[in-house]
Amino acid sequence: MPVLSVVGYLVLAPLVGGLLDALDRRVSARMQGRQGPPLLQPFYDIKKLFSKQMIAVNSVQMLLNLSYLVFLAVAGSMLFAGADILMCLFILSTADMFLVMAASSDSSPFSTLGAGREMIQMMAYEPLTLLMAVGFYLATGSFHVGDIIQMPHSAVLVMPGFLLGFMFITAIKLRKSPFDLSTSHHAHQEMVKGITTEMAGPTLAIMNIAEYYEMVLMLGLVALFFINEHWWSWPIAIVACLVVYLLEILWDNVSARVKWRTLLDSCWVVTLLAGGLNGLILMLVR
Amino acid sequence: MAIIPILIGWPALMALVIPLLRNPRVRGRVVYVGAAVVMVLAAFLLGAWLQGGGGIVSLCGSVPVIDHLMLAGEFALMVLIVYLSIKYKKYPVVLLSVGQTGLITWSELTCPVESPTHIQLDCLSMLMILIVALVGGLICIYAVGYMQAYHQHHKDYQDRSGFFFSMLFFFLAAMLGLVLSENLVWMYFFWEITSVISFLLIGYTRTEEAVNNSFRALWMNLLGGFGFAIAIVVAAHTLHTVQLGELVAAKATIPVVLLAMAGLTKSAQLPFSSWLLGAMVAPTPSSALLHSATMVKAGVYLLIRLAPAMAGNMTGMTVAFIGGFTFIAASMMAIAQNDGKKVLAFSTVSNLGLIVACAGIGAEETIWAAVLLMIFHSVSKSMLFQAVGSIENSLGSRDIEDMHGLLLRLPRLTYIMGIGIAGMYLAPFGMLISKWVALKAFVDADNYLLVIFLAYGSATTMLYWTKWLCKLVSLHHTKVKVTDVTRKDQYLSMYIHAAATLGLCLLFPLVSSRVVTPIIEELYGTAHEVLSMSVLTTMAIMLISVIFVPSLMFLLTRSAHRHYVPIYMGGVNEGDNTYFTNSFGDPEHLYLSNWYLRFEFGRRRLMRPGVIISAGVIIVMLCMIIGGAV
Repeated sequence: MPVLSVVGYLVLAPLVGGLLDALDRRVSARMQGRQGPPLLQPFYDIKKLFSKQMIAVNSVQMLLNLSYLVFLAVAGSMLFAGADILMCLFILSTADMFLVMAASSDSSPFSTLGAGREMIQMMAYEPLTLLMAVGFYLATGSFHVGDIIQMPHSAVLVMPGFLLGFMFITAIKLRKSPFDLSTSHHAHQEMVKGITTEMAGPTLAIMNIAEYYEMVLMLGLVALFFINEHWWSWPIAIVACLVVYLLEILWDNVSARVKWRTLLDSCWVVTLLAGGLNGLILMLVR
Repeated sequence: MAIIPILIGWPALMALVIPLLRNPRVRGRVVYVGAAVVMVLAAFLLGAWLQGGGGIVSLCGSVPVIDHLMLAGEFALMVLIVYLSIKYKKYPVVLLSVGQTGLITWSELTCPVESPTHIQLDCLSMLMILIVALVGGLICIYAVGYMQAYHQHHKDYQDRSGFFFSMLFFFLAAMLGLVLSENLVWMYFFWEITSVISFLLIGYTRTEEAVNNSFRALWMNLLGGFGFAIAIVVAAHTLHTVQLGELVAAKATIPVVLLAMAGLTKSAQLPFSSWLLGAMVAPTPSSALLHSATMVKAGVYLLIRLAPAMAGNMTGMTVAFIGGFTFIAASMMAIAQNDGKKVLAFSTVSNLGLIVACAGIGAEETIWAAVLLMIFHSVSKSMLFQAVGSIENSLGSRDIEDMHGLLLRLPRLTYIMGIGIAGMYLAPFGMLISKWVALKAFVDADNYLLVIFLAYGSATTMLYWTKWLCKLVSLHHTKVKVTDVTRKDQYLSMYIHAAATLGLCLLFPLVSSRVVTPIIEELYGTAHEVLSMSVLTTMAIMLISVIFVPSLMFLLTRSAHRHYVPIYMGGVNEGDNTYFTNSFGDPEHLYLSNWYLRFEFGRRRLMRPGVIISAGVIIVMLCMIIGGAV
């Protein structure tokens, strides 16, 4: 069973991620009164990127980007294999580190700027992810995803604060406004394209695929809040993931990018209020 | 077990011989031999101990001669401190020194306590001996090459290398004696020696800053020593024993809390962190020694010994709070530092905080984590200090900003730095695994405050290491030529450290079951496996992915044909990725700086509140604990 779900994740995550990305573009376009691209546009984009000439600014960028992809795939596989959630989150951070290194290896002003901001983003979201893992441990008595999804009740019933906090920081991981500090969708903004400034063609395609893996991993973590031993919790979890994703899109469209200080302060305060309090209550009633 | 006096005596003998040698070449050779013999002796002791079946070996019953010699030694140290304090007009230090020596003497004369064993060898002290002998010995070897380059760079300082090496060996002897002592009076003697030697090492250059910093280190450590002395007096008068093991078994509140305070000063926890940060003025080998193998490890060693007596009481809570608070505060302040050695210093303080917090909780799992953190920290930190020292000698600067693109300029040193940094915080190196276990244990101990400290502290730790690593791997071509002046003996030491870091990571399950579990068994009587098999499998997956993924990707992408293009610089790239055309049409040099967030995380902003909070907590809790116990 774990093998099946890992293989399923590895094969399907880019497809699901691509479709979600397409959904994002369509919904965003409708919110802005536009038609939006066709549903398969992300796949056309990736195909085109792969067909482009391999240009690079240095010899290690591709290697670091590929490492980023593989580590994200490993992190996701651990989640879908039902392994330890804390380890999964640690690997997620390690993966992100490779992206930051890929961006700084260029020694280019805009990608270095993006890398710096990405590091701040990591610092902003990491406390919540660790506390969330602790929250799952307090709620279910185990760090293991396999045990967490076998509980009689959904975890969200006792850890709504963590879900709220996680939705807050998911905006960082999905690179959504107001927290899309390290990169942008449009190259005319103040940091050009941030960490992806020097990535082109196949390198950029790999980065995009990695983001799809990450997106599915993040939504998998959202699903973890809802899944319990009953079969009907699975469709509920999928609906919940879609709702969270649509909320993120809405938030993306109605807010402007904030400064790093606001990002850090708000994430840390939300982590402390939502996650910290929720965890404290869980610990006291244990 | 006759090897034990030789093990302690040999470095002390070397310390006496080395200053007599004037010729640097001969002295270098003698240092090599001396350090090698220390390591071999430690290995022999390990062999003899294992052959005897391991376990606890108690030695050295009543030896009045040594007791008297130690008392004489303490008086000699006191006279030295008094002389130097008066010479440099630091009078309050005199009171501390005279006070504690007087207390100990008074106690020994009025209330002599029969001691069944003075020296005890068990798993924990054996581990400490290995760390001190191997890491410390390698640092001595490294120092031979380093000090030559150091004095070529710093012509303004008087060359007192002989004295320097002598102090390094003395330090090793004192440390070995300290971890072997079971009798608190003996331990106190060695404790005082380490305080005084660190003071002499920090003041090596005799500049005004060095003198001030060395006296700060001295008074803080003497304050801890004062607590130590009071603990001995109280234990001797109320419990009629000065055996550490008996105090811990009896859970004697007042001596334990005072000894714990001594441990906190030595391991540079807030509010006593500033002495370790000031110790950076000394030549790098002494920093490496103070930070990794000796001195600060003496503090955490004592706290780990005391851990069973701190589990679940107020003393433990206080110690755990101070440790957790120091962990997060120091890791925040590390973000704002651009001096490589300062970052390492803050990270030492921060990591020690985590170890101290683990010791304060005093559960089996936390001690497991504490011991592992200690092992990994000594090796990685010693290597990082040596690498930064070598970079400084080659580059003429230890500013992280100057290390931009170091991978192209000093590749070998950069790889060593990279391994050290990865060892300090990345999955799946030991530090991270220990952190993971600590997190679980903090939850199990119902200490939510520590969980929060750990969650936030991990994030800030991540930032300061990542940005340093990124600075190193920037492929930035400069025209400034750098020659690597690092000598072979320095590389030898660093290579062994790098191999040890990687080896410890690969042999992690073995280290856990063969080294750490027996220590827990001896401290607590029982031990269960902290890491389950499934976690070890997960770790194996992580290890394989971390080592093999980048290498595999390297092989995959090496052959890929690429068309290299210049980077985008906003202004027109002049073609070399280093200069761009500015708005006046002139070429302008590209300069990329790291983020330091000085206004948010600067030492000036955080140090004072940190010291006030921690000092307040310590004073209030000390009053409550002692008041409650009397």
